[in-house]
Amino acid sequence: MRKSPPRVNGWILVVLVCLGSRAPLSAQSPNDANFLTQLGKLRDASYGDKEKIIEDLGASGYPNVRPVLRAMLEDRLYFRNSDQKVFLVKSAAQGDSTSLDLIDPVTLKSAGSASIENLTEIGINNHLRRILETTLARFGLSSPDVSVRLDAVLEIEKSLDDSNVALLRERMAVEKNSKVKKEIATVLALAALNDGSDPKALLNAIATLRGSLNTDVRNRLQGLLDRNPDGSYVESDAQVRAAAAEAVTTINHWRSFYSVIETFIFGLSQGSVLVLIAIGLAITFGVMGVINMAHGELMMLGAYTTYVVQLAMPQHIDGSIFVAIPAAFVVAGLAGVLIERTVIRMLYGRPLETLLATFGISLILQQLVRSIFTALNRSVVTPSWMSGTLQVNDALAITYNRLYTMIFTLMVFGALLAVLKFTRIGLEIRAVAQNRAMAKAMGIRSEWVDAMTFGLGSGIAGVAGVALSQLTNVGPNLGQSYIIDSFLVVVFGGVGNLWGSLVGGMSMGIVDEILEPYAGAVLAKIIVLVALILFIQRRPQGIFPPTGRASENQ
Amino acid sequence: MAHMKSKSMFVVSSLLTAVMAVGGMAKAQDTIKVGVLHSLSGTMAISETTLKDTVLMMIDEQNKKGGLLGKKLEAVVVDPASNWPLFAEKAHELLEKDKVAVVFGCWTSVSRKSVLPVFEKDDGLLFYPVQYEGEESSRNVIYTGAAPNQQAIPAVDYLMNEVGVKRWVLEGTDYVYPRTTNKILEAYLLAKGVKPSNISINYTPFGFSDWQARVSFIKKFGSEGMKTAVVSTINGDANVPFYKELANQKVSAEDIPVVAFSVGEEELSGLDARPLVGHLAAWNYFESINTSANRSFINEWHTYIKNPKRTTNDPMEAHYIGFNLWVKAVEKAGTTNVDKVIAALPGLEVPNLTGSMAKVLPNHHITKPVYIGEVRADGQFSVVWKTQNAVPGDAWSKYLPEDKNILADWVTLNCGNYNKATKQCSGQNYK
Repeated sequence: MRKSPPRVNGWILVVLVCLGSRAPLSAQSPNDANFLTQLGKLRDASYGDKEKIIEDLGASGYPNVRPVLRAMLEDRLYFRNSDQKVFLVKSAAQGDSTSLDLIDPVTLKSAGSASIENLTEIGINNHLRRILETTLARFGLSSPDVSVRLDAVLEIEKSLDDSNVALLRERMAVEKNSKVKKEIATVLALAALNDGSDPKALLNAIATLRGSLNTDVRNRLQGLLDRNPDGSYVESDAQVRAAAAEAVTTINHWRSFYSVIETFIFGLSQGSVLVLIAIGLAITFGVMGVINMAHGELMMLGAYTTYVVQLAMPQHIDGSIFVAIPAAFVVAGLAGVLIERTVIRMLYGRPLETLLATFGISLILQQLVRSIFTALNRSVVTPSWMSGTLQVNDALAITYNRLYTMIFTLMVFGALLAVLKFTRIGLEIRAVAQNRAMAKAMGIRSEWVDAMTFGLGSGIAGVAGVALSQLTNVGPNLGQSYIIDSFLVVVFGGVGNLWGSLVGGMSMGIVDEILEPYAGAVLAKIIVLVALILFIQRRPQGIFPPTGRASENQ
Repeated sequence: MAHMKSKSMFVVSSLLTAVMAVGGMAKAQDTIKVGVLHSLSGTMAISETTLKDTVLMMIDEQNKKGGLLGKKLEAVVVDPASNWPLFAEKAHELLEKDKVAVVFGCWTSVSRKSVLPVFEKDDGLLFYPVQYEGEESSRNVIYTGAAPNQQAIPAVDYLMNEVGVKRWVLEGTDYVYPRTTNKILEAYLLAKGVKPSNISINYTPFGFSDWQARVSFIKKFGSEGMKTAVVSTINGDANVPFYKELANQKVSAEDIPVVAFSVGEEELSGLDARPLVGHLAAWNYFESINTSANRSFINEWHTYIKNPKRTTNDPMEAHYIGFNLWVKAVEKAGTTNVDKVIAALPGLEVPNLTGSMAKVLPNHHITKPVYIGEVRADGQFSVVWKTQNAVPGDAWSKYLPEDKNILADWVTLNCGNYNKATKQCSGQNYK
């Protein structure tokens, strides 16, 4: 039933037309009908059969093999149920898509669209994914784009067989880019290690690999130092063993060096999250002395604002963050002003009541969000420029979302300092914090300043929420999980001191990251907490104690 | 005018209420009460509300067929609010006050442990629908979810034999289910000859989101020349940042696959599944399994919940099986008397949604097929492996040395914890 005669005739016609218009590109004449028959076989092939078909296609030399295999890898290869024809689709199916735009596998031109019920995906599994990637990498070797070539070399490294090695040798001969050349040399040396019995070739290979930090290289070199069960060495040549041992030591040395740097960066990145969630509180708690238990929920509002902004501009997810930041500042800031005017204003000087009232507000805000958005977590999309890794070298990589969070924290911190130092409202905030009566005598409307200060702190909490939406789940409980940490940072750093929060947050992050691999996440947290309690026992003012008149008031 | 209107509305509504109350009373005399003990608020509400709706749908369906023993079924829904001690109180209320014939309920192991003494004291019957850590068999509970040998062990077998995994990272949330499951898995791996240095076990708290260091460790652990896999018992929303971090650090499913025991269709419906494509989950049911029973169940569910996008999942199938088993047992016993129903249950068989039969075993667990699925970009799973036959659930793991001699058999031994060596029954409360 697979091929009904009239359709075959139709294809022969197409083939005739194609043959007329197209010159054969390789030795085996690329014949579109054959190509389509091959593709058609994918319909009801088992995973094992599909592997065979992919390999055949990869070696066949049909002109469109590459886009078709790429589509298969990206879940974009379907067949239409009504006529069993194979099509590529423009973009992979989403949860809510009802129809897909089809692309003809031969012409690569648009072929209309079809409803999702009428299409069946040609499924793949992990094993096939690996095979597809290797096959595509073989094509990628001759790409004009340097980064594609680099990725291709790295991909081929994962499955080094004779044909791939031969392909790399060919490429090496014509490659111009030094970076790609170096990478190919590494991989070829690795291949030489794999089948090397000639000591000289092995020594050459080891010499090439000496500077590499690649783990495959390390593992392979380590393998040269293994002993057989009877105690003799696997590698008989002592000179080779010595060279390998030396190279392994160097690689291990550098890798452990970079792993220290990595821990430090992880600590800074975790610390910057702590700083970000704490500086809003450093204003409301630190400067105004209000214990605001709803601070976490203001962050949650910021995170939900990000979600709403993304809903409003689905076509511009990459830019949504830049809209979300001011929006979150305004939303959380206004909520803060509202809370201050309606509740906190009545409770100045009564910390226990403030604590209870704001705790109540936090519950109200959580339930409000639950009623509007349901209790389910909302998925905030990470913009493409924020996902992925900055690969410094083989041993060190920093993820972009963490990198941007660090930069963002410093920017927010700088902006806040500038507002407090250089603007009129900043001056007034500081004046009221230092001596309310005197400030009032000078004509400052201290009530208005209170509202603005609280709004500023809350707005910054909202901005922190935007960053958190990229790092954690956006749900009604988002705030609860961060509120304790933010209070800790402020108290540790010294109440009322922004620099204290910065130093405090960063050092807590680093200590936590250093402890975590040894103690586990739970114990590391406990150790940090106990250490903090002891520190505050010794030094109740925190790292940077408040000075001058402000300290007398406290 | 407005006042008049509201007054007349009040009269009408109170009349209606009175009629309904009378009707309700008349009905109450010849109904069978079915208790539903699932959290409708708090952290577990996300998962448990779906199960409440599933039971209500099944009751609806049964009533349309004419009820049971000539009587209509009536649901009694209570909300234990994700609060573990409240589970015991609500269970007590259902059994003592409402005198329900059966209860469908609980999700977390801690909630089950909390209601266990109540069910045993008041002689109730609980159908528990979620995969759990085993090490338990109560006369008053039917475990329709997977025991470790129906989910964790087959998943590890798949990775070991089909994928060729040699190094193992056991990553879990810090509570009883992951800890017990990992204890069993570790014993199993060691018995299979895996060296202790090739197993890394780690626990993180609920809701953990700072995964960078841990994922970086997994990457290093997996780069030492041996095929590595992560067996994840991470529960709840900590999964989302975990998978995001894996994608960010470019740990792909082809290099280091993650097989999860708590990530299903419902969990994936809330997030962008593209970075997860190829990672694995082990369950006894997937929505994507194409059988006529499953198709009609999904249709029924969409009609009942009035939302064609809602997913179905493994614990829902467990309730489907549990409900049908209970109906069959009541029909067989000819009564809803708990003792007679419990006696009737072992040996009963009903079809599951994936084309095989679920049979109640003497240890109060059931037979289930095991499926391994790979995540697809649309948040569904494509099945890549399944067991040949349905696997009978083990109450006590044979891989833990301390449990080797323990048997659960409520038919011949009438004991959930019988020691073969000492020939003693330590009752239901083990240790």
